[in-house]
Amino acid sequence: MLKLTEVKKSFRMPDRTQLPVLHVPEFSIAEGEQTVLIGESGGGKTTLLNCIAGIMAPDEGDIFIDGIDMTSHSEVGRDRIRASKIGYVFQTFNLLAGFTALENVRLGMTFAAGKHDINRAKDLLDRVGLGDRLSHKPAALSVGQQQRVAVARALANRPKLLLADEPTANIDPGNQQKIIDLIRQCCRDEKVSILMVTHSMQVAEQFDRVEKLEGINLVASGHSSDARSS
Amino acid sequence: MNLLQIAWRNILQRGFASGLTMLSMALGVALVVLVLSIGWVITESFRRNSGVGYNMIVGAKGGALQLTLNTAFYLSKPIEVISYDEYLEYLPGNQRQEEIQKIGGRIAEPDRRGKYSLYMGGGFAIPVCLGDYFGRFRVVGTKPEFFDLLEYGEASSKYSFAEGRNFEDYNEENGYFESVLGSLVAAEMNVKVGDTIKTTHGDPEGKGHGEGFKVVGILDPTGTPTDRATFINLEGFYKMDGHQRAFEDKLHPDELKEDVKRGEKWASQPERLQLEKRDVIAVLVRPGQGVFAMQMQKEINKRPGVQAVSPLEQIGMLLGMVIEPIKYTLLVLTSVVCCVSAVSILVSIYNSMNDRKRDIAVMRALGARRDSVVTIILAESVLIAVGGGILGWVVGHGAGALMSGFVETQTGVKIGFLTITDVEWALVPGLMLLAILAGIIPAFVAYRTDVSESLVS
Repeated sequence: MLKLTEVKKSFRMPDRTQLPVLHVPEFSIAEGEQTVLIGESGGGKTTLLNCIAGIMAPDEGDIFIDGIDMTSHSEVGRDRIRASKIGYVFQTFNLLAGFTALENVRLGMTFAAGKHDINRAKDLLDRVGLGDRLSHKPAALSVGQQQRVAVARALANRPKLLLADEPTANIDPGNQQKIIDLIRQCCRDEKVSILMVTHSMQVAEQFDRVEKLEGINLVASGHSSDARSS
Repeated sequence: MNLLQIAWRNILQRGFASGLTMLSMALGVALVVLVLSIGWVITESFRRNSGVGYNMIVGAKGGALQLTLNTAFYLSKPIEVISYDEYLEYLPGNQRQEEIQKIGGRIAEPDRRGKYSLYMGGGFAIPVCLGDYFGRFRVVGTKPEFFDLLEYGEASSKYSFAEGRNFEDYNEENGYFESVLGSLVAAEMNVKVGDTIKTTHGDPEGKGHGEGFKVVGILDPTGTPTDRATFINLEGFYKMDGHQRAFEDKLHPDELKEDVKRGEKWASQPERLQLEKRDVIAVLVRPGQGVFAMQMQKEINKRPGVQAVSPLEQIGMLLGMVIEPIKYTLLVLTSVVCCVSAVSILVSIYNSMNDRKRDIAVMRALGARRDSVVTIILAESVLIAVGGGILGWVVGHGAGALMSGFVETQTGVKIGFLTITDVEWALVPGLMLLAILAGIIPAFVAYRTDVSESLVS
């Protein structure tokens, strides 16, 4: 479902030198597979997610999503692929404050051609336990509820891959597990692969696979037990 | 949701700032609409009234426009007078002779023998005297033919009476003292058929005349200056004090004394004012064949002290040289107000861009293309401008409708809420263009938003 080969990314520094931030020699996720990415802060995890999402273009390498080579597409092409194939859950939820819960979910459908299904948006909110909060704006929802809306929004276009960037980092400990369970269950139901960034080993060990970024390199590949031991 | 709905949501989210910006645009557009409406009223007033029913106004040499304004529109001060003899020159031989005999007295140049009557077959000439007021309304001394022969407006309508009848040249009951009132005069002065009115000399506050005129008719509304005028019999006009040609420089003092005595006497007699003592402000002329008008005008203009002007031409000149430039100057000024409002839209949206970079980045992360976020920002600008424009249009037309009664009284033109001028149809595309221009800079900021950076921030 997702395959990366020799993906490299560097940032240009103010002194015009290039700072390498990411090197992924080989990485893939199978359909429905739930993978966690761990690593130090500033280690390139978000950059990797942004490259996969097509928000950033890597300097080198290939990224295939559902058989489509993201790197061969222009920015407009990557936007289109992102809208239809990828769901994105952010650490800070990133709901639009002026929009209701339902509108935030529908917003995800706006940019994907031909996917304006309001019933699907309602159904998703119902599944994340917010069926009675459709017309609530983010300010009227708890942080846990806001992240639930964000999960529903990420799944609105029936993506093939869900990218989640520390989705529980801003959530109280009592609700963290509920959000993780919700994301995993929804993705299982929808047959969506997950690549989740987290710092929590407690979260990581629940996933099928754990990948680790060391320095700028994606080095480890294995099951959660391997990651824990390393 | 579509991009327009997203733009509308963004506007609602910044409701207060958006509302104020919309209000400033509304005020600008309301001003534009008012200027256009006023311009339309003035133009329409002159245009409608350019169908005066005659081709020429013959009067004393001087300002052609002033002659037109005070004769056709009852505006401005009357200019010099011309001799009644000039009027006689338009009458065919026998009719001219009958008129001379009926009035009595001498004509100054008997050998002219109806110089312009050759052109008049089927046409008419009507003498007009001005100078008095009834309340604030002009008094027009003329002949009954004014209402029998003249037509008004684009449809060449005949004058009709809401009440009563046309005044007569003379009758036993009222002598020469009959009058007909325009519809607005009757309404404003609260006068009915059968009442007697007294006019003042020179201006609304001027000295009152002793003679009263019996109101015998009230005209139907015409939407022309006729609605604002009081018409009295020309012979009655001449019988009022001060309406005879000054004799002082022509007669010996003994003769003058005698003449004044005679004057006091004839005021109450059927005797008409003699020809040599008669002046008119103007003669309204329509030749039998329109093609003769130009030739006739040239000939009249050769005569010393007399000019013939085409009211249509003068109105066209007035519109072209005075009214249109004023209208366009005001339009430019009010358009500048709209441009200032557009700048406030720019400032309002631009100032919000810092707070909205993350929202834009989120939309981009959800798959929005750069041109989609540009469209959203431009749509916001357009919605604010068009929303403000619609509000301003309603306010402008509402104000116009509120002033409708006053405007109608002043100009004879009725302005309704839905009286839409041609230029107004350009308001919506114009505002959209202005809004797009105002939205370009914020839209460019949206276009350049760095998604990954903004999501992190």
